[in-house]
Amino acid sequence: MTATDPSQTSLQLTADGQLRHFLTLDGLNRALLTEILDTADSFIEVGERSIKKVPLLRGRTVVNLFFESSTRTRSTFELAAKRLSADVLNLDINTSATSKGESLSDTLLNLEAMASDMFVVRHSQSGAPHFIAESVTPGVAIINAGDGRHAHPTQAMLDMLTIRQHKGGFEGLKVAIVGDVLHSRVARSQIRALNELGAAEVRVIAPATLLPRDVESLGCTVEYDMTRGMKDLDVVIMLRLQKERMEGALLPSEREFYRLYGLNQEKLALAHPECIVMHPGPINRGVEIESAVADGPQSVILNQVTNGIAIRMAVMSMAMGGQMAERSRKLAGRAQG
Amino acid sequence: MSSLKIIGGRLADTNAETTVLVRDGRIAALGEAAGKEPADHDFDATGCLLTPGFVDLCCNLREPGNGQKGNIASESLAAAHGGFTTLCASPDTSPVNDSGAVTNLILDVAAKRSSVRVLPVGAITRGLEGELLSDMAGLAGAGCIALGNGARPVKNARVLRRCMAYARTFGLTVMFSPENQALAADGYAHDGLVASRLGLLGIPEVAETAAIMEMLLLAEETGVRLHLGQLSCARSVEMLADARKRGIAVTADVAMHQLMFTEDALSGFDSRYHVRPPLRSEKDRQALLGGVRDGVIDAITSQHQPHDSASKQAPLAATEPGLSTIESTLSMGLLLVERGELDMASLIRALTGGPAGVIGRSAELRQGAVADLCVFDPDATWVPNDSSLSSVGRHVPLPGKALPGVVRLTLCDGRQAWPQSDL
Repeated sequence: MTATDPSQTSLQLTADGQLRHFLTLDGLNRALLTEILDTADSFIEVGERSIKKVPLLRGRTVVNLFFESSTRTRSTFELAAKRLSADVLNLDINTSATSKGESLSDTLLNLEAMASDMFVVRHSQSGAPHFIAESVTPGVAIINAGDGRHAHPTQAMLDMLTIRQHKGGFEGLKVAIVGDVLHSRVARSQIRALNELGAAEVRVIAPATLLPRDVESLGCTVEYDMTRGMKDLDVVIMLRLQKERMEGALLPSEREFYRLYGLNQEKLALAHPECIVMHPGPINRGVEIESAVADGPQSVILNQVTNGIAIRMAVMSMAMGGQMAERSRKLAGRAQG
Repeated sequence: MSSLKIIGGRLADTNAETTVLVRDGRIAALGEAAGKEPADHDFDATGCLLTPGFVDLCCNLREPGNGQKGNIASESLAAAHGGFTTLCASPDTSPVNDSGAVTNLILDVAAKRSSVRVLPVGAITRGLEGELLSDMAGLAGAGCIALGNGARPVKNARVLRRCMAYARTFGLTVMFSPENQALAADGYAHDGLVASRLGLLGIPEVAETAAIMEMLLLAEETGVRLHLGQLSCARSVEMLADARKRGIAVTADVAMHQLMFTEDALSGFDSRYHVRPPLRSEKDRQALLGGVRDGVIDAITSQHQPHDSASKQAPLAATEPGLSTIESTLSMGLLLVERGELDMASLIRALTGGPAGVIGRSAELRQGAVADLCVFDPDATWVPNDSSLSSVGRHVPLPGKALPGVVRLTLCDGRQAWPQSDL
């Protein structure tokens, strides 16, 4: 009884399975996710050179469209685009067009008219990048830099790259995601990626108020008790807790949350001795994680940031490749017709 | 007034062949008696089904005040195209229909420009704000057939209780779409599998069932005649059946799209399926279908909500809820019949006698009755698109698909409402 194509596959991929937008990890198979990781690996080396540029996106215009503020994600996207030799335009939409009453569609059509090739979109509403790719500017490659509670696919992929670097692969891994899963686009994308890449178990650890309805259907098990949940873990991913969660009657206090779900050395000791600690940032020390753990030997939080640039270079170059292939196919079709 | 004889059609609910003679706005004769009488015009209904004109308990005509989304002329023509002859017009217009003056305005415009009968539903609270009582007796006197709060919430149980008690004084029917505002909060999708996966803000079932429980208890206490509009949950159907057993004067309807689609329709972020209440699970859909088959749910509505295209062109959460359905309601029903999910007799009852009974009217093909009828070809197909649709709202369900059920003739009060051209 499905009214529309339930998979977002056809929107994201070209007819021959190349990436042309990067909106969600739903519908992307293990081979493609692995290709993204491998491509990112090859870009890590670029970042280590003294001249950190490759000409893959030379002459292309990338527009960073941030409808929601962000420091790290935006700067890593900007760096990634510049290392690919693209021209980059940063637009903070909160303070420009929409405050003058221009609709989202009109803003985007104007940017498209300026011959933009790629939009990197962050938006507070789930599905906004999907809407842009499908209905507004289908000829521009859209990269999702985080939409509402839906997806943050580049963050999840840089996390996968980090895990692969430290663990060698995903087979047999037990991974826990701790904290505010309900509001987290990062968690949704991570759960999807870990399932597709073959992790043995994805566990979410949180109180019931911070879990979505039927969360198990996403491909995870649920543990309310963190002490039990830490057992045998190879990877623990802490999520950021927004301060406003206390106001919505979701949690009683930061103190109680930290006591029950904050990661300290004592709880970390319950995991596998080589368990790595991750966090998508920015971290709240003393709310979800103890400083000694965040800065400790098992923490790979700063590796995540470094990997962010490589993953974004990989995704941008692959999507631009797919978009270009499609454009030339259309031109060839028109010439024949 | 000239006479018209409809020949060769079958009654939709019983499949018996019949002839209908319409004269002076009424059904003058049926069956053999009609066959023998002469008429000015004959209409060949061979291969078609005949039903009373459909009655819609929840329809947004957008006039006065929202011309960019629709108006009485455009939406009533769309209704006639869909086989409807009676529309209960929701009070959420601009200005809100909370005074006799607005009711009179709607009825005046309808008298001049409507293709079908328009029966306004008055606002039960002033401005639909949910806080102060409207002039209910005045509204009823001006022609409102029921009172409700449109798609807006009543502030709290105390106001709701007083609304019901005051309406009870005058024997008025109250119509509410049950939704607990605190539980629905900022949600816009069913709180279920699809919302969890896509990170959509959910409206839990309990937002509906808690509101229904409160309304049923208050209706039982005040003795008002309560109509629950646009149910969406399996549990709501059970609660309704139990309330009936207790003898509470309660009726209910379901929107056709709730019988047709589930939460899966949102899995591609398709804003046309952003409706309120939200499309829920397959289990809910099955229970709603069961409710219609058993007669626990009295009526199927279109819950027609035409919009301008800009209202639907945005990220899902920023779009306005509602589908433009009135031209495809019959077709969706026929698809359900085709699939064996609904029988033709239940479908027709829920579109005619069922809803008519809720507002104290009748809808039947009998000698002497007002000639409100619809002739449709169940086997012919049509495609909803810009050239076939009359509604301003183009966000239709199943766009571009060949749908069964083409309305050949709609008569309202004996006048030809559809097609617009001469026969």
